Amino acid sequence: MKEKLSAFKLHKTPQLILFVAFVIVTSLALYFSQKSVISFLLLLSSLLFLYYMNLKNRTKWMIGLILLFILIPFASSGGPAFQSYMEVATMVGIYVSMALGLNIVVGMAGLLDMGFIAFFAVGAYAYSIFATPQASNFMPFGHYPLDGNSFWAFLIIGAIAAAITGVLIGVPVLRVKGDYLAIVTLGFGEIIRIVFNNSDSPINFTGGAMGIASVAHPKIFGYELSFPNQFYFVTLVILLFTLFAVLRLERSKLGRSWKAIRENEIAAQAMGIPLVKTKLMAFALGASFSGMMGVVFAAKQQFIDPTSFTLMESFTILVMVVLGGMGSVPGVILGAAVVTILNLQVLTELTNWVNQLNLSGVVSIPDALSPAKMQKFIFGALLIIFALYKTNGLIPAKNRVFDEKKLASDKSNSKDNDPKGNPMTTLKDKDSKEQTKIYS
Amino acid sequence: MLHEMIQSLPQVLIDGLTLGTVYAVVALGYTMVYGILQLINFAHGEIFMSGAFIGTAILIAFSSMGLLHSIPSILVVIIMLVVAAVLTGFLGMGIERVAYRPLRNAPRLIPLITAIGISFVLQDVVRFIAELAKGNYIITGPSLFTKQIHIPTSSISSVFHDSSFKTSFLLVLIIAIILMIALDFFVNKTKYGTAMRAVSLDRDTAALMSINVNKIISVTFFVGSALGGATGVLFAVQYGTIDPYIGFILGLKAFTAAVLGGIGNIRGAMLGGIILGILEMFAAANLSLLTGGVLGAEYKDVFAFAILILVLIFKPEGLLGKPVAEKV
Amino acid sequence: MKFKKSLTLLLSGALIAGVLAGCSSKSSDSSDGDSGGSGGKVIKIATQSPLSGGSAILGEALKLGAQLKLEEESKKFEKLGYKLQLEPYDDQGDPKKGVSNANVIGADKEIYGIIGHLNSGVTIPSSEVYEKYHVAMVSPAATAVEVTERGLKTVNRIVARDDFQGPAGAEYAVKELGAKTAFIIQDKTAYGQGLADEFKKAIESQGAKVVGYEGITVGEKDFNGVINKAKSQNPDVIYFGGLYAEGGLIIKQAREKGIDVPIMGGDGLDSSGLVDIAGDKVANTYITSVAGDSTKTESGKKFVEDYKAKFNKKAESYSVYGYDSMGVLLKGIEDAIKANGDKLPSKEKVAEAVRAVKDYKGALTEVSFDDKGDNTKAKVFLYKFDKASYPPALQGEVSQ
Repeated sequence: MKEKLSAFKLHKTPQLILFVAFVIVTSLALYFSQKSVISFLLLLSSLLFLYYMNLKNRTKWMIGLILLFILIPFASSGGPAFQSYMEVATMVGIYVSMALGLNIVVGMAGLLDMGFIAFFAVGAYAYSIFATPQASNFMPFGHYPLDGNSFWAFLIIGAIAAAITGVLIGVPVLRVKGDYLAIVTLGFGEIIRIVFNNSDSPINFTGGAMGIASVAHPKIFGYELSFPNQFYFVTLVILLFTLFAVLRLERSKLGRSWKAIRENEIAAQAMGIPLVKTKLMAFALGASFSGMMGVVFAAKQQFIDPTSFTLMESFTILVMVVLGGMGSVPGVILGAAVVTILNLQVLTELTNWVNQLNLSGVVSIPDALSPAKMQKFIFGALLIIFALYKTNGLIPAKNRVFDEKKLASDKSNSKDNDPKGNPMTTLKDKDSKEQTKIYS
Repeated sequence: MLHEMIQSLPQVLIDGLTLGTVYAVVALGYTMVYGILQLINFAHGEIFMSGAFIGTAILIAFSSMGLLHSIPSILVVIIMLVVAAVLTGFLGMGIERVAYRPLRNAPRLIPLITAIGISFVLQDVVRFIAELAKGNYIITGPSLFTKQIHIPTSSISSVFHDSSFKTSFLLVLIIAIILMIALDFFVNKTKYGTAMRAVSLDRDTAALMSINVNKIISVTFFVGSALGGATGVLFAVQYGTIDPYIGFILGLKAFTAAVLGGIGNIRGAMLGGIILGILEMFAAANLSLLTGGVLGAEYKDVFAFAILILVLIFKPEGLLGKPVAEKV
Repeated sequence: MKFKKSLTLLLSGALIAGVLAGCSSKSSDSSDGDSGGSGGKVIKIATQSPLSGGSAILGEALKLGAQLKLEEESKKFEKLGYKLQLEPYDDQGDPKKGVSNANVIGADKEIYGIIGHLNSGVTIPSSEVYEKYHVAMVSPAATAVEVTERGLKTVNRIVARDDFQGPAGAEYAVKELGAKTAFIIQDKTAYGQGLADEFKKAIESQGAKVVGYEGITVGEKDFNGVINKAKSQNPDVIYFGGLYAEGGLIIKQAREKGIDVPIMGGDGLDSSGLVDIAGDKVANTYITSVAGDSTKTESGKKFVEDYKAKFNKKAESYSVYGYDSMGVLLKGIEDAIKANGDKLPSKEKVAEAVRAVKDYKGALTEVSFDDKGDNTKAKVFLYKFDKASYPPALQGEVSQ
């Protein structure tokens, strides 16, 4: 049996056949059923299987893109629950992107930021204020609301606004370290929320607790985007951009500097890495992805108020990163998807099911124990279990493995990467389980 | 403007002192644990909350048995305090055992994450116990010590208004002071206290001096958590109404107090707590006067967090902290 | 290594599960079709209210009230050849959740109307979605002005707006309580602030002076700072915009500080929880509420008895509003069906017919919608707490 399995893992063809069969079955099930959350989730999970398959990276990306852009939207369009699947998928996209942003700060640079949702709020408010008459309360020039075409510009403005906020918070905050940093960022997150909640007087900037309603829908070529399936594609494109940027960053000089700081700040400084600048870059870049998604969230939701940006949301994103594996891009994507789907679909379905049971009188489960209320308990338990037993998360972060011989033969490369003395480069067995410790 | 502020000053001081003593005793728990493990025990706020719930449960049980009128209230409070302190003490020890001890050599961010996890789990467990028992997680216990005491502060000087407080304020103040003195004595004069200070100074050397480090850490958690739980009872007696979410923000503020006074420093925590309580109450009463109505009482939390951030940035060792701080 | 092995197992396991899921959902699908065929055309009504979380009791009450009406009316619709079905959704009092559910509801071709929501904060974003799908919504409880001010065609409510409730309170404070000065506290939420702002506007226009306007934080227990400020201003009345948990503590702490002037509040204080928290300190507290006492009318009494018989629970203040909202919605649907020659009308037609409802007599309220979707016959009721008991004593009612 074992041999067969290991043979299976090496051979592409049976893997591919099984994979294609799986995708076809789940897609068909999804397409022809009225509402089948299970088949929707299974279809989504095919992306995870794809990640583990023994294929070339390029092939995996191709298949993944086909699944995301064509198959998933098409397969879920069969039943009446189409828009609700797309809604969930859009939310997953938004959270994945935010978790990738936080992963830069927490996972790569090792700075525990517990007020991350503030950047999301900055992006969301940036668009909401200008895409509603709100801006005319304090802007001396211009005509508001801006129409939906401005959405695309605001994606960039939102990202920049969030990045600036990140730097502004970062400059004072980065003087403190470790646990203190966690507390200070938490404090800043709360301050930003309270300020948004209260800046409706004397000048009405944010609408205060009343929030901002009727935010303009984005427009493209005069065509208004308002349905979840349209936002799905918007989110997907931005997410892919984020993913591309994060993957490039991880392997850039900056990414390596982040990891160096994470592992040992003093040693990193000794190697000539500018601490403050590098940390600020982590804050700013992480924040900008979050801010961009904030704009999408505001446009999709059409209503923004401070209750969407509480501490709990910051913790939720942190849970995603910890669950997936700090510093690991595929892990964080998985973590964010799992948590969002758990929140939006699994817990809801379970609650409905329990409600049905209660109504029909089969069993009587007290309201206090209804699954939708257990969110905190589940998050707490996940945090504890993963911190204790699986510190590296679902998909642990891996550093790129270099082949020493190949590097030595390629002299021009060896100068850049300096393989000698680095323990990672001596790893020859690709399947070796040795991984870098996340923090020291 | 100044006139109005001074008028209400005696009352603000009294209310600030009530809140401040609560912060001070909770801050002790943070400071002790931080002193010995260099760990922010995020779950401490929830231990405080559990103490408040245990106390209220006892109080409700007493009143449903009709015992409230036959035993003197002070005895009831003492029973509540002792039971809550012992139970939360063990709870704290248990948390250390499960969530922190296995991670003692792990990277420093990991215990912080378990601490948040523990905090969530405790909140939710208390919530559903309360909801199962009472149908609602906001619990109000029978009131004790409601007699009002009036102090004619206006007779001292006519610039002051009169002020008043509940007798429970005196109770909170006296018990908190007793607790703080007892802790100071415990840490500075007893064998365990000496061992605790030794462990916080240098864990490895302490172990070589035949100190059982694990046991001392457990004792520290027990004492710190028992103090937190007892404060929870005081809070419940003073304010009457509690819910499972009182611990989190209060814990953060108590942590602020500990940082303000100099973390790891017991007397600093007491001072920091009282200063923070008074400042917060002053802000709530006077912020809108000071800023001409631009900022109101709703900014008082911003005020508290801003203090935390400013202290951490400009004077990380706190008010009473010295370069070689006297740690627990 | 390990992962790749388990991957294989996982993949094959998932494949089997997928096949099973496909089959099971397909079979349930076909059985659905069968039942649909035998019972005539299906009209589904959705309810959205918090069935879990802090305000689950009120959310549940709305749903059960609506359910009762739906079951009573189902015979009538069966004669017309339609089968009524209720689909309850849980919005958890969370705008994100509400919008996500709204998309599901909107996309369902058989859902012709929504009863919901409890909170204005959820109603506002969710109704934007309903508007997209042209599904009629009748809210039994959302009072914020903005709910109907956005000019949406599908949004209706049967309760009074904040800018009617606030002024009603202000008028009572000035005329009956003789207030010349008022101190206003609000909880910085959409609900509390909306109500407090309307009260402030109204009482200023009545000639009284607002001597202080402060915000508090939800979830706190110590409000002495704000109360000290109130005490130093010595107002004739204190108004609180917010919910009972904070309201109860403010009343208690204010009385302990020796403030004995009347304290007023809105429908957020209309709960037995207020009495639990404030105890006998609750005396001399006035509240305005959009929920009337259903035991005052004949039809209301009948409703309370039916509700008790059916669900074995006491009717909450909002149960009857769920019941009447459903009544209005079904009336609209019935009108639309009749106007369409007993054929199933489009969702737009239903929304128009619901908006056109005039002089509907429910168990407690009369309903006539104006062109914004507000009920012109909505009333505000004034209650006073004299002692630590709930419900408080009715002082009077104000209609528009």
